[in-house]
Amino acid sequence: MSEAVWQRGDLLGVAELSQAEILHVLDTAESFVEVAARPIKKVPTLRGKTVINLFFEASTRTSSSFEIAEKRLSADNINFSTSSSSLSKGETLLDTARNLEAMAPDLVVIRHAHPRVPHALAERLASGVINAGDGAHEHPTQALLDAFTIRRRKGRVEGLKIAIVGDVAHSRVVRSNVLCLTRLGADVTVAGPRTMMPEEPESLGARVVYSLEEAIEGADVVMMLRVQLERQARAAFPSEREYFEFFGLTAERLRRANDDAIIMHPGPINRGIEIASEVADGPWSVILEQVANGVAVRMAVLYLLAGAKSGEDGPTL
Amino acid sequence: MSGSVLIRGGRVVDPTQELDGPADVLVQGGRVTACGPGLPAAENVRKVDAAGLVVVPGLIDMHVHLREPGQEYKETIDTGTRAAAAGGFTAVACMPNTDPVNDDPSLTEFMLKQAERAGWARVYPIAAVSRRLEGRELTEFGAQRRAGAVAVSDDGRPVWSAALMRQALRYARHFDLPLIQHAEELALSGDGVMHEGRFSTRLGVEGIPGAADDVMVSRDLLLTADTGGRYHLAHLSTARSLDLIRAARADGHRVTCEVSAHHLLLTDEDVFDSGLDPNFKMHPPLRSAADRDALVLGLADGSIDAIASDHAPHHPDEKELDFVASPNGIVGLETTLSLCLDRLVAKGVIDLARLVDLLSTAPARILGVPGGSLAPGSAGDVTLIDLEREVEVDPAAFRSRSRNTPFAGWKLRGAAAGTVVGGRLIELS
Repeated sequence: MSEAVWQRGDLLGVAELSQAEILHVLDTAESFVEVAARPIKKVPTLRGKTVINLFFEASTRTSSSFEIAEKRLSADNINFSTSSSSLSKGETLLDTARNLEAMAPDLVVIRHAHPRVPHALAERLASGVINAGDGAHEHPTQALLDAFTIRRRKGRVEGLKIAIVGDVAHSRVVRSNVLCLTRLGADVTVAGPRTMMPEEPESLGARVVYSLEEAIEGADVVMMLRVQLERQARAAFPSEREYFEFFGLTAERLRRANDDAIIMHPGPINRGIEIASEVADGPWSVILEQVANGVAVRMAVLYLLAGAKSGEDGPTL
Repeated sequence: MSGSVLIRGGRVVDPTQELDGPADVLVQGGRVTACGPGLPAAENVRKVDAAGLVVVPGLIDMHVHLREPGQEYKETIDTGTRAAAAGGFTAVACMPNTDPVNDDPSLTEFMLKQAERAGWARVYPIAAVSRRLEGRELTEFGAQRRAGAVAVSDDGRPVWSAALMRQALRYARHFDLPLIQHAEELALSGDGVMHEGRFSTRLGVEGIPGAADDVMVSRDLLLTADTGGRYHLAHLSTARSLDLIRAARADGHRVTCEVSAHHLLLTDEDVFDSGLDPNFKMHPPLRSAADRDALVLGLADGSIDAIASDHAPHHPDEKELDFVASPNGIVGLETTLSLCLDRLVAKGVIDLARLVDLLSTAPARILGVPGGSLAPGSAGDVTLIDLEREVEVDPAAFRSRSRNTPFAGWKLRGAAAGTVVGGRLIELS
């Protein structure tokens, strides 16, 4: 069955995925959720497969999520990061690819600060490539885990009103999420101050507003983006206080959303800046479910790609 | 460089003589001595049969980077001028961002000597405005002019300080040198790597707003008006900058501008469609379709003076980095003429006489160098063009040492068939 829908050897972006492919990942992830509940959280699915996690940019959350997913699938994994790796700035993509190839990995998970580096490496590598975030471009596994979380909570994605609020200009999470959620039939609105909006933001494919209140009016899902505090230097906003005043999600503001609205955040959260603690810790919050689901979704992605790349039927659970 | 040659039987297109028709061109002692139909064959003069070809004043590329001295792994004066000859250019003006920077007459002398040794085309060095291109102290414009420099520029960087710009315009005026500006407000271009617009938005790429150019052009034009200097805007890329140039010219200021073939033919959508291929990265970036359309209009209505390649060779290893990490610039000497013939002349945007003006007569006038005309007394520099020849852009076949072009695989009709420099036929093979 997986052969019919899933033929890809790489997961580079949501942009390339059809609705059927997205749904197939989500359906596959369902079967991996229960692995986390087992006393021995391990299946032999990727035994004998080598996965390299190549993080050219610091990451704790995404890299640990991938690492756990790989270990639970019994893959042999190894982590390179910029601090520990000789793969450094200035090496050509071809040299990077050749060095990786020499170690004969089955899959390479890549995070890079520059857009489309995973795509460029995928063209040069025989092994499968998973984009774990390329600059402000795409973060496909984040979008898939978000869609998975929404579907689990709401039973569907189609027809839901979803607001994504924050630094839209510099967020890879927003780009992949808009692509993913609109492809699944959601009604997506993005919002943020004008200094955090890219040029012609409508080209992302969502409705664009410039106020938090307007964005969350009647929303079923509110996704808050992390404010990059280091970007304050670029004068995107003058102070954390002012940001919270106008774009911070409080319980009071949340009343505009639907009663059963859920609150999401890709983490790590800045309490009191983009989100009040009462909201982050409140009954609406599914932030920790996102983290848990992230492992299941990444297991699904690793499983599908390893199966597609080996050309054989995927091993059973 | 002086020789004699009779070019017979071609169609001569020379806007300076309002000439477009069958004619012969006689060059003797390095200069054009006659231009007209049915010239008699003199003794001891080499004859070139130009039947079926267009004969025009030698093309001049007023904006190239030859990389010598210092970055000979990208290009040398020999390989760069050979590329120029292959592309139909009899002369190039080379920017001073070499290593060391051309901020001293000895560098200009060195470049001229290397060009003479190579012998493929004339080279006109452009001297730096500021020492080491640091934007602090002026260089010796007078000594540079005496050594052979034809203009001053800090190209690759803007003359950023308004105070230095004002002094440079005044001092260049003293020596009647044009100041060629790379107009970029660095505070606005920031970390940007492509045009800021809907395609940078979709890619999540840091953008360079059109305003980065426009703000600097605007300031420069005020200073040009203030000083009475001669200002030439390099690689014009936005509709607003073009409007500013038009207005300054209408006010009588001494302002000229050039545009590159790639800014006339490509847009930020091509960057997107290429999947961020580093061969689509340059400064200024490929702009929006609206900007591109405005530039094409400006070309047709006479607002734009010249077409220049901004030939910027980079080693294949440098373009094997990712888009953000790779250096700015593409080569253009071997593609510009064919691109213009196929995409501008054949499409009826401009006629052949206007193209000759843009690629020869205007650059000669702006830089104050010989050529740009086939009227008797002019430099004996001639380009032969075959309008029917079909070419496919093949970077592997470039004479340039570098291969960085976004036009690989383009099929174009019309190409250079040969050049004559100072009456000497340039033979490439």
